[in-house]
Amino acid sequence: MQAQFTQVRLFVPVGSLGAGVRADEVEAAIERGFDVMAMDAGSTDSGAAYLATGTSKNNRSAVKADLLLAMGAQARTGAKLIVGTAGQAGGDANVDWTVEIVREIAREKGYRPRIAVIYSEQTQATIKAKLAAGKVQPLAPLGPLDEATIEACDHIVALMGPEPYVAALDQGADIIIGGRSTDPAVLAAFPIWKGAPAGAAWHAGKTGECGAQCTLGSNLGTGVFLTIDAEGFEAEPLLPQNKCTVHTVSAHMLYENKNPFQLHEPGGMLDVSNARYEQVSDTRVRVTGSVWTPRPYTMKLEGAGGGLYQTLMLVGIADPFVLENLNLFHDRMQRALTRRIERTMGEAAGKFDVSLRIYGWNAVSGRPVPDDAPPPREVGVLCVITAETQDLANQMAKACNPYFFHLPLADGIELPSYGFPWTPAEVPRGQVYEFKLNHVVEVDDPLELVRFKWIDLAAAPEAAHA
Amino acid sequence: MPKLRDVCPRVRSKVAGPFWVTIDLFFDSREAFDRYHDDPAIQPPSVAVVYGVDPALVALYKVPDLNMVKISYPRPTPQGGVVERDMHSGQQFVFLLDVEMR
Repeated sequence: MQAQFTQVRLFVPVGSLGAGVRADEVEAAIERGFDVMAMDAGSTDSGAAYLATGTSKNNRSAVKADLLLAMGAQARTGAKLIVGTAGQAGGDANVDWTVEIVREIAREKGYRPRIAVIYSEQTQATIKAKLAAGKVQPLAPLGPLDEATIEACDHIVALMGPEPYVAALDQGADIIIGGRSTDPAVLAAFPIWKGAPAGAAWHAGKTGECGAQCTLGSNLGTGVFLTIDAEGFEAEPLLPQNKCTVHTVSAHMLYENKNPFQLHEPGGMLDVSNARYEQVSDTRVRVTGSVWTPRPYTMKLEGAGGGLYQTLMLVGIADPFVLENLNLFHDRMQRALTRRIERTMGEAAGKFDVSLRIYGWNAVSGRPVPDDAPPPREVGVLCVITAETQDLANQMAKACNPYFFHLPLADGIELPSYGFPWTPAEVPRGQVYEFKLNHVVEVDDPLELVRFKWIDLAAAPEAAHA
Repeated sequence: MPKLRDVCPRVRSKVAGPFWVTIDLFFDSREAFDRYHDDPAIQPPSVAVVYGVDPALVALYKVPDLNMVKISYPRPTPQGGVVERDMHSGQQFVFLLDVEMR
């Protein structure tokens, strides 16, 4: 058992590793003193490509720059460093990519931490077995899972709660690089390990998940400093020019959340309906009354896969005759390109789609525009051709090329040329990546679907490369 | 009749995971919140029509402490498909701005 819990000082350097940790905030945090640094390194927001391909959204040097500051602070202070959802998507390849950077820094700087690596990627076979055992349940708006959907996923991850991180801390990790986890769990793990009340730890975790976003000036800093105690938690910025207010802290429960009062997490639910927010100094907010209710342990699944392929073309149009008749132009162009593909490629085209998005008109909404709408000054027309292979999509774009650049608004007028900005005009864009799963899996134990790897540089330091 | 844009100065939308969109309506006073939070134009049946989704899945939450109303609805197609036009759903709030409030 832990001794009587008093408090944990949690420094969140940035909302997402690689977004730019600030050296001045790290210095301010060291001066203040903290027990743990924690942050996530990803999200599903940027789309399914990163899970489907196992790549990072942030570039390697940006992630390395942030890790240099965080690992430097870890080495100086001895405080733990926890990173969750490594490499944007938290699949095994995303995690390994991040760990390689951590090892490189340790080698270059002569650091000797004990590193725990936690994986939560799942094989299709594991999820199929869970499905067959009746242990996979859908979340709205999706229906029950089937095997074909599992097979359409290139990678599947299960979102971890704090327990795997707690297990790694139990075993003496200095640095933890974790796979896909819920954002609040990454921050809540250390306080929970120390015996903090679950309601305060989880609510603090939710509040700090995006770093300085819970402060007044997310342009005035990137991090946030959280102090979790036996009754609640306090949030404050790192630098004196910024502040936390009751509004900025309480409003963060709204962000990217379906429900502003309740958060479903692995093993329970956070309820902040009766939370009290209090301005205790000019810059600091105290939060009490957050409630954690344990529930049967489930982990949310994310699965992503690549499907069809796309090729793009773009033209700019300033011709007033076209701009005065954009709805007509769209429909005429759509018909011309579709027929052109059918005529030139026939059966070989397979299943395909031509989508014309007129930026400056209705590209974002895709909704009809009334015929009496005033004409814009210019529009950009993006042609998105989707086909079963990249080669087919490229061929279709080439076949459409003369029509897309020169189709007159009416028959019998001089051939127009619309403004295309580069050559070759066709841009192969790659695969369409989609999220396929919105389901939870029941587990007997929070560690059942989780794997650990230890890299103990205290016992065996990285050999310095020449 | 005023439109939502006339009575609520700050409205935003964002994905809440790949399958949901959430819209936050921040009213600028308690008076405005009290007057408009129950308006039929922003209740689930009306919102479902604006976005072409199942009204049974549209949820509305009132947060009086922040003078705000939150509306969540399922994405008509999951994030990132063949016809994706707004990956973050960050522009979807715009289609609610012209609903007529009583």
